[in-house]
Amino acid sequence: MKYLSEFRDGELVQKLLAEIRAVVTRPWAMMEVCGGQTHSIIRNGIDQLLPPEIELIHGPGCPVCVTPLETIDRALAIAAIPNVIFCSFGDMLRVPGSEKDLFTVKSAGGDVRIVYSPLDALKIARDNPTREVVFFGIGFETTAPANAMAVVQAKKQGIDNFSMLVSHVLVPPAIEALMRSPSNRVQAFLAAGHVCSVMGYWQYEPLAGKYHVPIVVTGFEPLDVLAGIHRIVLQLEQGRAQVENAYSRAVQREGNLPAQRVLSEVFEICDRQWRGIGMIPQSGWQLNADYRSFDGAARFNVENVHANESTLCHSGEVLQGLIKPNQCPAFGKACTPQKPLGATMVSSEGACAAYYNYGRFVPVESIQ
Amino acid sequence: MTNSIDISGWVCPMPLRDYPQIVLGHGGGGKLSGDLVEHLFLPAFHNDALASLADGAALTLAGSRLAFSTDSYVVRPLFFPGGSIADLAVNGTVNDLAMLGARPLYLSVGMIIEEGLPIDVLGALVDRMAAAARQAGVQIVTGDTKVVDKGHGDGIYINTSGIGIIPDGVHIAPQNARPGDAVLVSGTLGDHGMAIMSVREGLEFETQIVSDSAPLNGMVEAMLAVTREIHVLRDPTRGGLASSLNEIARSARVGIALEDQWLPIRPEVAAACELLGMDAVYVANEGKLIAIVPPEHADALLETMRQHPYGKDAALIGHVVADHPGRVVSKTAIGGTRVISMQIGEQLPRIC
Amino acid sequence: MCLGIPGQITEVYEQSGARMGKVNFGGIVKEVCLEYVPEASVGDYTIVHVGFAITKLDEQSACETLQLFHELGILEEELRPDDTG
Repeated sequence: MKYLSEFRDGELVQKLLAEIRAVVTRPWAMMEVCGGQTHSIIRNGIDQLLPPEIELIHGPGCPVCVTPLETIDRALAIAAIPNVIFCSFGDMLRVPGSEKDLFTVKSAGGDVRIVYSPLDALKIARDNPTREVVFFGIGFETTAPANAMAVVQAKKQGIDNFSMLVSHVLVPPAIEALMRSPSNRVQAFLAAGHVCSVMGYWQYEPLAGKYHVPIVVTGFEPLDVLAGIHRIVLQLEQGRAQVENAYSRAVQREGNLPAQRVLSEVFEICDRQWRGIGMIPQSGWQLNADYRSFDGAARFNVENVHANESTLCHSGEVLQGLIKPNQCPAFGKACTPQKPLGATMVSSEGACAAYYNYGRFVPVESIQ
Repeated sequence: MTNSIDISGWVCPMPLRDYPQIVLGHGGGGKLSGDLVEHLFLPAFHNDALASLADGAALTLAGSRLAFSTDSYVVRPLFFPGGSIADLAVNGTVNDLAMLGARPLYLSVGMIIEEGLPIDVLGALVDRMAAAARQAGVQIVTGDTKVVDKGHGDGIYINTSGIGIIPDGVHIAPQNARPGDAVLVSGTLGDHGMAIMSVREGLEFETQIVSDSAPLNGMVEAMLAVTREIHVLRDPTRGGLASSLNEIARSARVGIALEDQWLPIRPEVAAACELLGMDAVYVANEGKLIAIVPPEHADALLETMRQHPYGKDAALIGHVVADHPGRVVSKTAIGGTRVISMQIGEQLPRIC
Repeated sequence: MCLGIPGQITEVYEQSGARMGKVNFGGIVKEVCLEYVPEASVGDYTIVHVGFAITKLDEQSACETLQLFHELGILEEELRPDDTG
C-alpha cells in the first residue's frame, strides 16, 4: 500500500538501527506518547532490535486507558437505558467499569453498536428518529475534530435525538504533568504523529525549552518510529533540546487549521481526570455552551455513579512510565486480557495488553 | 440456569465467574469459547472422543472408522459477497469431516427459522444448500425445521451434522504435530471474515473481497493420495489462523514458528485490516486448511494443493519447533519477533 | 490513539452540506469526510482517522525522507571500502 509499505522496508530499518547504534554512547530513557506507537513498537519487535542503551517508556497516550472510571460507569448506565442506542468505537467495548463492561450491558439487552466513524452514529440517529442515540466521544486531539463534526452536523440538520458523551484528553498538559512529577525519568518525547497532524507542534516548543527535553514528532510505521528515535538520540548525545518533525509528510508546524477552527467552535478546555493518573488541570475538552444541548452526560440523568477502581491495578504507574507492565504484581496472574483489572490491559494499544499479547513476559527465543 | 453448577471450584482465570451471562465473545472461537468447552462441556460430557478437542470426532463403529461432526451457523447478513449461510452450513461440516481425513458422505440439516422470513429467501437458501452439497459430493439425508417468534432467530439459524468414513491408515489429530514439521496453508487468509465486515452495519466498505467458502474434501483426498503421513489438518474458521495454531500447539505441546512475510494475504484484505485496525491472522476463513506435515513431504503436498482450484495460493508459513511449547511465535517483516497469542473474544475494529 | 491510514481520493462531492469523498485504501473504498482537507482533491493522498481525512500527504516530503534513509551508511561505506557490506 502506498505510503505504508515503503516505511516498513526491512533493509532501511536495518540501516536506521545501525545509525542509532553508531551514535548512542550511554543510556537514555525516552517516552513514546501515543498508544499507537506503543502498539507498533511491540507488534514489530522494535524494542527487541534497539541497542540496550535505549529505554522506551510507554506513555499514557491511549484514550481508552485514560478515560476516567466514572465516565465508563456513566456510559454503562446510559447504554442500559431501554430506548437508547449506544454507539461506540470497538476499543471501548471491553474496558472494565467498576463492575462490568459494555459487552455485559449488551448481553443484558442493551442496544450497543460498534461504529467506525462518529458520522455512522449520526446516521443511526437519523434512521431511528424515535430512539435516543448516544455516541461515546473519546479520544485525543486526533479524534476530536471528527467527534466535533458529528455535533456540528447534528445541530445543522436538527437531529435532536443524537447526543455525545464526551471525554477528550489533551497531550501537552499530560507531558507537562509528567515532567513536573518528582519520579519522572523521561529525558525525551516521541510526540504523537497524528495528534500533531491536527494540532501542529508549536505547542511543544515552550515545553522543550522549559524542561530541556527533545521532542520529536514521530509517525507509526517502523521506519517512522526509528527515525524519531534516531533524531532524539542525536539531540540527547549533543545536549540539544528542540522540537523536530520526523513525520513531515503528514505534519506541519501549524497543524490543520480548518480542524482547529471547528474544535474551537465546539469545545472548551476543562479539567480532566485521567484514569490511573489523577486529575490534570485544563487537560480535557468538553462541549461548550453552544453545543451543550448535545451533551449526553447532561441529557441522561443517571444516578450518581460511584467509581470503584481495583486496588490491585497498577495502571497508573504503567501509564506514568514508572513501571513496565511485567513489573506489576498482577500482570499475567490476576490481570490478563481475558480478565482485565484496568484499562491498560484491555485496550489493544494499552501497554499491558501489548506486553501480554506480544509475549513480553516470557523470554522469547529468537527465531533463526 | 447456573444454579446447578458449582463454579467455586474452577481455577482462575475463569471468565464465566465474571460474566454471569453468556456474552458474544463466548462464540468468538477464542479463549472465552475455549473456556466454555474446557470448564463446562468437557466435564459434563466426559469421554475420550470429545477430549481430543478436534473439530470432529473419530469413532470406531462396526469395524469402520467414522468421522462425525456438527456445526451451527448464525451469520448475519444471510447473503454476503461470495456466499450465504447455506454455503457455510454445507461446506463447514464437509470441511470438519475432511479435517479428520474422512470422505464426507451424509449430512443432516436443522433449521430454526424466524417467523416472517420470506419464503423465497428460504427457497434461495435451500437451492444453494443443494448446489453446495452436489459440489461437495455429499447427500443431505435428514433434517428438521422449527419456527420461532419474530424477533428471535436473526432470519434463520442452520445446524448441519455430518458423517464420513476415515480410510485405513489415516490418523490425523492435533496431538500429532512434531518438531521439524512444516506448517502449510492452502491459500490466502482472512477473506471470509473481511467479506462479512464489509457488509456489517457501521463498518461497511466497498470492496472486491469475497468469502472463500468452499468444500475441501477433494483437496484432502488428493493430499492423502500423495502420502498418508499428514499429521494435522485444521480449517481456521472463527478465530482465524491464530486460534487454530494456538490450539494445535497446546494439544501437541509444541511451539510453532512462523514468518509474517510468508503468510499469504490478498492486498485488499491487508488493506481492510489496516483500515479497521485488525490482524488478518485472527480473521475467519471458510475455504482454507492448515496442514502440518513431515518436512520431506512439504514440497509434494504444496504442489498438489496448488494444482487444486481451491489451493492456488498454498504456501509454507512456518515450522513446528520444540522451543516455547504451547506458543505461536512469528518473525516480523523487520526482523523482530512477536508472539501470536490466543484472542480473547471476537476481534473488534479499533481506532487507537 | 490515532489509527490513521493513507488512502487516495477518488471522488469528491457534497452531502448534507459537508464536503465528502470516496477514498481508496489499496483496493478498499470507503466514504470519508473531507471537510478538514479543503485543499485536497481527486488523486491526492490523505491520512484517514475514524472516517475523516485529517491531513493531505506531502509526496515530496515522503520521497525526501525515504531518500535520506537510503543514503544512510553510504558515507561510512565510502570511508571503509575494504569492509564487506
